[in-house]
Amino acid sequence: MTSLPSAAKRPKHLDLLRISLPLPAKVSILHRVSGALLFLALPFLLFHLDQSLDSAEGYAHAAAFFGQPLVKLVALLLVWSYAHHFCAGIRYLLLDLHVGLDRIPANRSAAIVLGASLALTLLVGVRLW
Amino acid sequence: MKRIVTGAHYGLRDWLLQRLTAVVMLAFSVVAVLRIAEAEPGFEGWRGVFEPAWMRVALFLFLLSVLYHAWIGVRDIYMDYVKPVAVRLALHTLTVLALVACAGGVFELVWSH
Repeated sequence: MTSLPSAAKRPKHLDLLRISLPLPAKVSILHRVSGALLFLALPFLLFHLDQSLDSAEGYAHAAAFFGQPLVKLVALLLVWSYAHHFCAGIRYLLLDLHVGLDRIPANRSAAIVLGASLALTLLVGVRLW
Repeated sequence: MKRIVTGAHYGLRDWLLQRLTAVVMLAFSVVAVLRIAEAEPGFEGWRGVFEPAWMRVALFLFLLSVLYHAWIGVRDIYMDYVKPVAVRLALHTLTVLALVACAGGVFELVWSH
């Protein structure tokens, strides 16, 4: 395909490793990633919630399970997933109501979402340890 | 317009339900976090969080919202990335079965303790 010199410099396809996504796009893909993680964790979380409510032994069992360092790390990743999905979800609901649609407020709210979800994760992490 | 068997409902319903379930989950999350934060540590306190009848109803609505919300979201992911119809249909089927199985567990989880 021949094209004009100015057009030749444009990328012919989107190389995800070379392009720099704007903040709202990063929030968007993280919303998807966090949602997928939560979906995959769902059966395990339901099982442990059920067990922890069953009896004192079940509670102790679940507490011991979540006490393991590696499990704690995964749990923290899931806490971040929930926090991010939560904050980004509020942002999307507001966007649906046409709040903050312009470029500058949209960038700002994306930064707030990223920061707030990390802060919430830190808060829960401190309480867990 | 080309329609395929494993597509969405091509409608507003799921889009709207994804948002309605999101609002249910947002509200429940805030209430649950507040109740957990003020609960006594240990089993009795933990069970107490989910003891009142209204909290059981709220937990029930929350968990069903989670399952339906997850279905819409995961289906969207499949629609974006999984192009072969057979693979997509298989994934849809497995996901629905898994989520319905979880829904069965949710009944037990909420009302049996």
